[in-house]
Amino acid sequence: MKVLTANRLSDGIAVWYADGGWAEMVGHADIAHDKAAEDRLEAIGAAAAANNEVLDVNVIDVTVVDGLVEPVRLREKIRAAGPTIHPDLGKQAERAA
Amino acid sequence: MYRYDEFDHDFVQARVAEFSDQVKRRLAGEISEDQFRPLRLMNGVYLQLHAYMLRIAVPYGTLNSGQLRMLGHIARKYDKGYGHFTTRQNLQFHWPALADVPAILADLASVEMHCIQTSGNCIRNVTADHFAGAAADEVADPRPYAEILRQWSSVHPEFSFLPRKFKIAVTGAERDRAAIQAHDIGLHLKKNAAGELGFAVYVGGGLGRTPMVAKKIRDFLPEAELLSYCTAILRVYNLYGRRDNKYKARIKILVHETGVEEIVRQIEAEWQELKDTELKLPEADIAAINAYFAPPALSARPEGDALVKQARLDSKSFSEWLDQNVVTHRHPDYAAVTISLKGIGEVPGDVTDSQMEAVADIAEKYAFDELRVSHEQNLILPHVARADLKAVYDALVEIGLSTANSNLISDIISCPGLDYCALATARSIPVAQEISRRFASLERQREIGELKLKISGCINACGHHHVGHIGILGVEKKGSELYQVTLGGSADENTSVGEIIGRGFSSEEITDAIEQIVDTYLGLRLNPDERFIDAYRRVGPAPFKEALYAGETKAA
Repeated sequence: MKVLTANRLSDGIAVWYADGGWAEMVGHADIAHDKAAEDRLEAIGAAAAANNEVLDVNVIDVTVVDGLVEPVRLREKIRAAGPTIHPDLGKQAERAA
Repeated sequence: MYRYDEFDHDFVQARVAEFSDQVKRRLAGEISEDQFRPLRLMNGVYLQLHAYMLRIAVPYGTLNSGQLRMLGHIARKYDKGYGHFTTRQNLQFHWPALADVPAILADLASVEMHCIQTSGNCIRNVTADHFAGAAADEVADPRPYAEILRQWSSVHPEFSFLPRKFKIAVTGAERDRAAIQAHDIGLHLKKNAAGELGFAVYVGGGLGRTPMVAKKIRDFLPEAELLSYCTAILRVYNLYGRRDNKYKARIKILVHETGVEEIVRQIEAEWQELKDTELKLPEADIAAINAYFAPPALSARPEGDALVKQARLDSKSFSEWLDQNVVTHRHPDYAAVTISLKGIGEVPGDVTDSQMEAVADIAEKYAFDELRVSHEQNLILPHVARADLKAVYDALVEIGLSTANSNLISDIISCPGLDYCALATARSIPVAQEISRRFASLERQREIGELKLKISGCINACGHHHVGHIGILGVEKKGSELYQVTLGGSADENTSVGEIIGRGFSSEEITDAIEQIVDTYLGLRLNPDERFIDAYRRVGPAPFKEALYAGETKAA
């Protein structure tokens, strides 16, 4: 299972492709279950980068826990949550609020 | 300290205007990321995991109160209320929006600061001894030479597209506090028998994936030849440094592959062409730059001795702070103070907006408006009258910056690691925090004595782990964080690269392993004066390996 992620051009904030746009939370990102879907995500990412919406586009491994998308690698978990040393900052703080 | 002249102001303003326009065009979609990336890097803008990062140059680590106050203002207005001091004596903000960067740069320019050459394959911020101008053991202040190098290297047309980044450090004392032998060029300012100033020149040091101790290639270079000789070194590097492999592109690899004798021959040959040219520094120019660094007028404050003595009796914590964080100044009535940014369990090098402002106030009131950033990620008040030490201490207590741990095991250098950095392979800050908490007792730390612990979250070694007495390198192995330990490194006048002690440790194991190493040292040192590094050099790795891994060998 994979999802498409990038950083937003204007502020660099980590975003995930969801529902035809870029979401600030990974939870409801569009999931690619097969190679064809993955290729589609990659094409969407390349087009968005070319269109100067986002940068540093990547397709990453995820799982689904309680109906929400969760990245597999620690690096991507931290991108999705915020610095582990600052629970008060980043997405984790927004989620808690 | 150095003040911008008209040329400097115009130059920085022009760069702000230029980059502001580039940002505007990027945000409007007129230029692509591929086109913009080298431009943003030239102006200190990186992309990290959560956001952009802005790295601000603090030339040779020298700041005044107004500048620190401005950094606090930027932290509050454009970032998330804090900044991070780095091992290159710079400051990083971890959350700026690209759209805000032009305004931040304009604010910085208003206090004579910028982000130029804090990234890219150019000559980076020149670093210096953080006690420069104050240290009792100093021959001369190294900062005027660092400033001359800064002016020479700023947008130097020949050296703006080097094979790789290039770092220069300068010290003015025998005791090296600037880690000069871990730099591409290390300069040790000294006097010859005739009393003339010059430099011992070291080349080819560096950390990263191939750590190397710099080689001394000249024992005494007359000060007037600083730029001609550095140009010769850079020219040889620019010509022959490898551009085919990023990991072999630093001058340390060139020096290693070419051999010291041959590289010296090449540099000397180049220098013969350069030494009697316009690159020779005129005495008047050296004097003019030196004048900017004239020490503050330190009036006699002999009442300090009695006041300090009494304050010691009144307060044990003040007394401990004095022992640990205050060092001898060249003027007997004064001292240099280390403000530890390593509170127990805190993030090494991080400081909040209000702390920045409060420290700026303290520097203004008690320290002649001068501050330094150390490569060990602390702040320094270089000139404080001993009579004012108690007042400074009390003010630091109020803002939570009075931790008395300079040079102790909790005074840890740590890179941002995987909590922020896109290159990192493991987290480093949480490891630093846990070790700091484990060794929280000051009594225990002081019993252990001087111990330099340095942590990097990837092989690029921003946390200087190779030259830590104890070094920790975080890597990713099978999807988990794994921490390799090196022992026996040091970054002083006897620089050495630490040796990997054995298999790595998980994040759950690493603090226990460090404690075991420390306990082993305590058990084998000859006396409390034998520092960890000295004991390690005497006994080697065997007792530490035994303590860490003996059980496993037997089990296997």
